[in-house]
Amino acid sequence: MTQITFTINKEKKTVEAPPMKRLLDVLREDLHLTGAKEGCGEGECGSCSVLLNGELVNSCLIPALQAEGATITTIEGIAPLAAPDQKLHPIQQCFLEKGGAQCGICTPGMILATHHLLEKYPQPTLLQIQEGLAGNLCRCTGYTRIFEAVQSAASQSNP
Amino acid sequence: MRSNASHYDLIAPATLDAVLEILAAEPGHYTPIAGGTEIMVALGAGRLAQKNLVSINQIKELRFIETTPSQLIIGSGTTFTDIRNSAIIQSDFPLLTQAASWTGSIANQNRGTLGGNIVNGSPAADSPPALLAYEATLTLISTRGTRQMPYADFHLGYKKTALAPDELIQSITLKRIFTGYIPYARKVGTRNAQAISKVAIAALALIQDDTLEDIRIGAASLRDRPSRLTATERTLRGQTITQDTIVTLISQARATLTTEAHPIDDIRSTAKYRAAVAANLLEEFLHSLMNP
Repeated sequence: MTQITFTINKEKKTVEAPPMKRLLDVLREDLHLTGAKEGCGEGECGSCSVLLNGELVNSCLIPALQAEGATITTIEGIAPLAAPDQKLHPIQQCFLEKGGAQCGICTPGMILATHHLLEKYPQPTLLQIQEGLAGNLCRCTGYTRIFEAVQSAASQSNP
Repeated sequence: MRSNASHYDLIAPATLDAVLEILAAEPGHYTPIAGGTEIMVALGAGRLAQKNLVSINQIKELRFIETTPSQLIIGSGTTFTDIRNSAIIQSDFPLLTQAASWTGSIANQNRGTLGGNIVNGSPAADSPPALLAYEATLTLISTRGTRQMPYADFHLGYKKTALAPDELIQSITLKRIFTGYIPYARKVGTRNAQAISKVAIAALALIQDDTLEDIRIGAASLRDRPSRLTATERTLRGQTITQDTIVTLISQARATLTTEAHPIDDIRSTAKYRAAVAANLLEEFLHSLMNP
């Protein structure tokens, strides 16, 4: 077991875990942050997506020790990034309004991938949206409503 | 079955020297892990044989892109996102930018490194065909010092490399000599996003007065290792390429490629399909040279 300290959703936390424990399992089992989901467990589906030092990553592929000193944002911490007391981030609101979520397994990853995308391309083209979300699989929506939610979020944040 | 993480050890030294000392102390005992996009998949699937890992992800000395007038040096810890973001790579080595853009998803590109892609040694890896076409040189480092070798000599067989157990790839060097070369890259997989290739080709050609002065063809999934199609290149180099000659040229090149490629049947495709598609890609490449 190793002591690992990082900042998660703006709070400093120290966990004691095997250094090769997957960050996803640390989040879910040690910190009870169950927003990040396990889909494939091999970096294909994106349902375990989190932001690590601002970068979109698959938390199932990160050994806990590599998160030492990092700043992590999970879906639970995304709303306060927009405003301190906000319950839903505007991206979440758009997914809600446009029907961008059905069963919800992929949704946390979709929203974090959208957040990462809009930081790079505030007004993304459809192709940029498709590429930005290509690592996030959804088996319910057929993606059309997800793309609409992203477009809606882009137009709201940058009028 | 997933592996039990508590059966594995991982250490994260702060400096490159410290990592090299650890690798040298007991060669083969520790396996380096960079972005984890391969090793963590093996862990998740319960088939990670190496029990002791040393993280190199935090070693900043390995993550750089350095430009001189004559060459570009890429640190082995450079991520695919770093490569995609590099203006100099886009302008001078577009095949590498292209390869980086189709390596996994954005999340994988944020973690996966060029050095990791090379050392992992997959014959289907995305960056090797481009590095072979550009005749990259590797710099390997250990406590014994550094040594350089042509990248073409690095892969010795299926997932076998020339890397000694106490060595790391420090950097990858590309000569900036490809002004005027016409690039061609195409990956054929199940879908565009983050599929592992069935077959891929990265190629360069230099044409002067309708003559193929130089041609370089790197390929994935056509042999047991990433390889250059040197016999096919020899068939084409020095030939005249015009509307009158192209049909003969294509038929000669396709025939040579078919003898030179040794693809296999596996879960992603069949040998027959791979050989046929590779010949088609070569043909597409040669046609593209007629109207650059």
